[in-house]
Amino acid sequence: MDLSAINPVLLIAALIAASTPILLAGIGELVVERAGVLNLGVEGMMITGAICGFIAAHATGSASVGFLGAAVGGAGLALIFAVLSQYLLTNQVPTGLGLTLFGLGLSSLLGQDYAGIKAPTVSKIDVPLLSDIPVLGPILFNQDPIVYLGIGMTVAVWWFLYRSRRGLILRAVGENHEAAHALGYKVRLIRVGAIVFGGACAGLGGSYLSLVRVPIWTDGITAGYGWIALAIVVFAGWRPYRLMLGAYLFGGVTVLQLNLQAANVPIPAEYLSMSPYVATILVLVLMSSGRAPGSLGRAFHAST
Amino acid sequence: MLRLERRRQPSSFWRWAAPLAAVVLTMFLGGLLFAAMGKDPLIAIRTIFWDPLFGQYAAFSRPQLLVKAAPLILIALGLSFGFRAGIWNIGAEGQYIMGAIFGAGFALAFYPSEARWFIFPGAILFGLLGGMLWGLIPGVLKVRFGTNEILSSLMLVYVAENILAKMAIGLLKNPDGMGFPGSRNLKQYAAAHNPELAAGTGAHWGVVAAILAVAGAYVVLSRHRFGYDVRLTGQSPRAARFAGVNPGRLILICMAISGGFAGIAGYFEVAGPSGQISIDFNVGYGFTAIIVAFLGRLHPVGILLAGLLLALTYIGGEVAALTLNLPIATIQMFQGMLLFSLLMVDVLTDFRIRFGKAKVA
Repeated sequence: MDLSAINPVLLIAALIAASTPILLAGIGELVVERAGVLNLGVEGMMITGAICGFIAAHATGSASVGFLGAAVGGAGLALIFAVLSQYLLTNQVPTGLGLTLFGLGLSSLLGQDYAGIKAPTVSKIDVPLLSDIPVLGPILFNQDPIVYLGIGMTVAVWWFLYRSRRGLILRAVGENHEAAHALGYKVRLIRVGAIVFGGACAGLGGSYLSLVRVPIWTDGITAGYGWIALAIVVFAGWRPYRLMLGAYLFGGVTVLQLNLQAANVPIPAEYLSMSPYVATILVLVLMSSGRAPGSLGRAFHAST
Repeated sequence: MLRLERRRQPSSFWRWAAPLAAVVLTMFLGGLLFAAMGKDPLIAIRTIFWDPLFGQYAAFSRPQLLVKAAPLILIALGLSFGFRAGIWNIGAEGQYIMGAIFGAGFALAFYPSEARWFIFPGAILFGLLGGMLWGLIPGVLKVRFGTNEILSSLMLVYVAENILAKMAIGLLKNPDGMGFPGSRNLKQYAAAHNPELAAGTGAHWGVVAAILAVAGAYVVLSRHRFGYDVRLTGQSPRAARFAGVNPGRLILICMAISGGFAGIAGYFEVAGPSGQISIDFNVGYGFTAIIVAFLGRLHPVGILLAGLLLALTYIGGEVAALTLNLPIATIQMFQGMLLFSLLMVDVLTDFRIRFGKAKVA
């Protein structure tokens, strides 16, 4: 056992990177749930994004095209959910589960010829001068672009939800869809928009796994990250800044247990591997706060 | 313009016609998928749905139907209680794994006993307890702390998978296995083995349990007070509370039933078709059972039929993988499409499709 090999600065830098897929998928789902829709298909959209991104990046040799492809793939899958839940008024819980099962199958079908291939590398942004600052430099100014995108997206969603008129309308639709409908807002259209945005974010988060974190295509690469993202939205009480906190907490547990495994701590690797999932349950039990949007998960049908 | 108009009462015709229509729709959509992959759709559909039962190698594949249907039906029956009451246990896969570990652990603790009268029933009971325990964790967390059972039950699947991996190389590892991961093979341990009861049928004790469970669930749901409480809670939780249903108790019982059924299925699988505790013991029955439950309309007889159909797609998928070179993952996607199709067609149960613009009242 050698705990001195764990460098706290690198640990925090790795934590921010490790939490990025959860943060991206979570911020998308947060917007979806704020619009009153419960999409349990995050895992399926994430893994579809992961493979679409991988294929696009592999075909063009460009990681940026890969990320774009991932967002499109995730959004495409989300569109199925949007049509089913908004226009055919299906129960959102089984529809979301179906989306996850479908996405898992689709991804391993699409990815069967890509197993074990390496993805094009994504270079880090090395901010000149600032990245040389001790401690803060490696943590804040030497990450890859998607990490900054994740943080930027969180800030943007916060601004959108609480500072813009459209965000207010979206929250109104989520709180009480009958009232929003009576005021003349297009409930279904707004929700479809939110669902597609959520799918794009989840796809992007998934591709961060297949293009940056791993970066090799393997079946089942998301390993429950989509479900953890859903859990963190609940933990966050549907508020963006707490979502960031939850994602970092999860990233911290993930990175720490990997470091402990590498340091040969006398705890079996399997028990360390399950710790992020146990931590997620504990966090849900002990620290959940906030109230779900009033119309969450209810189908909307304008009767007259 | 198409629009939907809510029916005064759900159509009882579509309630039962929808699953059939969904299967036909899935075959159609699946055909498009196969065509897109460059396979002849008609041959692919026939390979999946017809050949396992009546094709050239049917003698080998037919017994697999019951082997695969038994766990699906058992798990789906357990889930149907909770789903009816709006309790979403989606972690049956984990409860299935824990049932297998508990049951096999009990049986192997007495190795090499020959007291089958004690070991076999005892192991089934331990499988039941293992699954029940694992199902009750999200149940207790929901009742005590209001924790969302969808998320906690699913997280516990990953925890169970890690415990399984640890057991296969740790506590339950075969001491005579020359260092290979995996437990002793229960097929060679007569006191714990879950054998094929009649040669060539695939029927083992799990199939017997599934048939008994279908009958039991039917009686409880339609004739017993508890079944009434479950149905009432699903339709109107508020009315159920006025009728004296204790919601917390109902959650715990439903989670215990679904966990217990999954646990039994786990033991029958590990002591029979699978044979040993190994890392890749579970193959997703716990998730497919969710589709079985919905396709069977949460009704025991429906679940029986839906379980057989989904078992058929598993076997058909394997046949298609061999003969048509179709990837195994296609079947998982196919099963997802089946659930989508059902949910889509279900719109006809509650709504009428009308043409033309709505008249302003």
